[in-house]
Amino acid sequence: MNGIHDMGGMQDMGLVQYENGEPVFHAPWESRVLAMVLATFAWHKWNLDAFRHTREVLPPQDYLRLSYYEQWFSGLRELLVRRGLLTAEEIDSGIPAAGAAKTSPPLTAEQVSPVALSTRIHAQRDLSISPRFKVGQQVRARNINPVGHTRLPRYARGKVGTIHRDHGVFVFPDTHAHFLGEKPQHVYSVRFAARELWGAQSPEKDCVYLDMWDDYLDPA
Amino acid sequence: MAITRRDFLTTAAATAGAAMTPDMAHAHEHEHEHQAVPSDPALRVKALESLLLEKGLVDRAALDSLVDAYEHKIGPRNGARVVARAWVDPAYKARLLADANDAMADFGFISRQGDRILVVENTPTVHNLIVCTLCSCYPWAVLGLPPVWYKSAPYRSRAVIDPRGVLREFGLELGQEVEVRVWDSTAELRYLVLPERPAGAEALSEEDLAALVTRDSMVGVAKVVFPPAKGNDERHS
Repeated sequence: MNGIHDMGGMQDMGLVQYENGEPVFHAPWESRVLAMVLATFAWHKWNLDAFRHTREVLPPQDYLRLSYYEQWFSGLRELLVRRGLLTAEEIDSGIPAAGAAKTSPPLTAEQVSPVALSTRIHAQRDLSISPRFKVGQQVRARNINPVGHTRLPRYARGKVGTIHRDHGVFVFPDTHAHFLGEKPQHVYSVRFAARELWGAQSPEKDCVYLDMWDDYLDPA
Repeated sequence: MAITRRDFLTTAAATAGAAMTPDMAHAHEHEHEHQAVPSDPALRVKALESLLLEKGLVDRAALDSLVDAYEHKIGPRNGARVVARAWVDPAYKARLLADANDAMADFGFISRQGDRILVVENTPTVHNLIVCTLCSCYPWAVLGLPPVWYKSAPYRSRAVIDPRGVLREFGLELGQEVEVRVWDSTAELRYLVLPERPAGAEALSEEDLAALVTRDSMVGVAKVVFPPAKGNDERHS
């Protein structure tokens, strides 16, 4: 979706605001949002791509106004209802529906550790699928404008780059986000010259690397 | 900074409360309306947590452990230890650049089969910068949760089109002889910059070197300096 989240290349967002000594969380509720988001993934009712998409469909004025954890909270509430873990009435009232069965949380404290959290995304697949491209090959990013989720930023569409590395096989976010299957395929690191992306204003040697799925690329 | 994070949050919450009401429906593909964002986030978040606990959808101790992990166990000190070892041990550095997960697993804070991390090396002629233009992907396992600026629109938008201008805002001026490589984290691979070892720090132990390595240097918005700059009060976890 061509939304405000796809902001690479915009120039009117102001200066970077740096906070010295920034705390991990700015308020306790932020930490609870993070924990709830991570804990509810354990139900396997949605995935990270679907969660990202809940933020992308926020109206642009809200996307820019809301803080990160406010966006997360909004997305979590939406998925809880849409994927059937809670009803809208329960969210509004804060009270479990009459007769609702109490379930057993799939994530326990014993399962939480830095090592376990280092595998939380789990998007790579150990599948033997032929890559469509090889390292060193010139490719052109497709000019696609899907209305759903995509990880192909607008600024790279139609541009020519070079396959720098083959990362292996990963799930495809454009389908995965919409519960339409994993569609596993190769992901490559693709090197684009800054001048290819932005024109002569960029220094000659500078470049941008993007990670791109097979379905985002054509031979150039 | 001109606007403190707290001011921003207050403003954001106030305006969000005024602008977003429960009946705001949007014409999207999904049959849903976006939930109102809390005018008092703390209360609304607490209400949801209570509901999830009551229904048995989440476990309170698990939530507490998750918060504890990211507040106290997972942070930029992980990345700093990796960087320091790469500086003192060329064989380790070679492993790190070839298979970062395998090399980092030596420290016990990630799984060898964990989500993929790639390390990119700064040299006198190459400077790497990490960004996620589409959301906020960041190497949590080695740096912890990202700072607000990394997730902000100014950084995400301009890091790819004007990295040298962004770096200048961080106080880092790069010469034209340096090739700037920006890594836009569009897939499930997370990037960590291996900064240059600072001159003058040759006699330091691995542990003392690790203490010099800042979060910002591992994102690529700063260099590691020795002796360390005064007022560098980044969180050390």
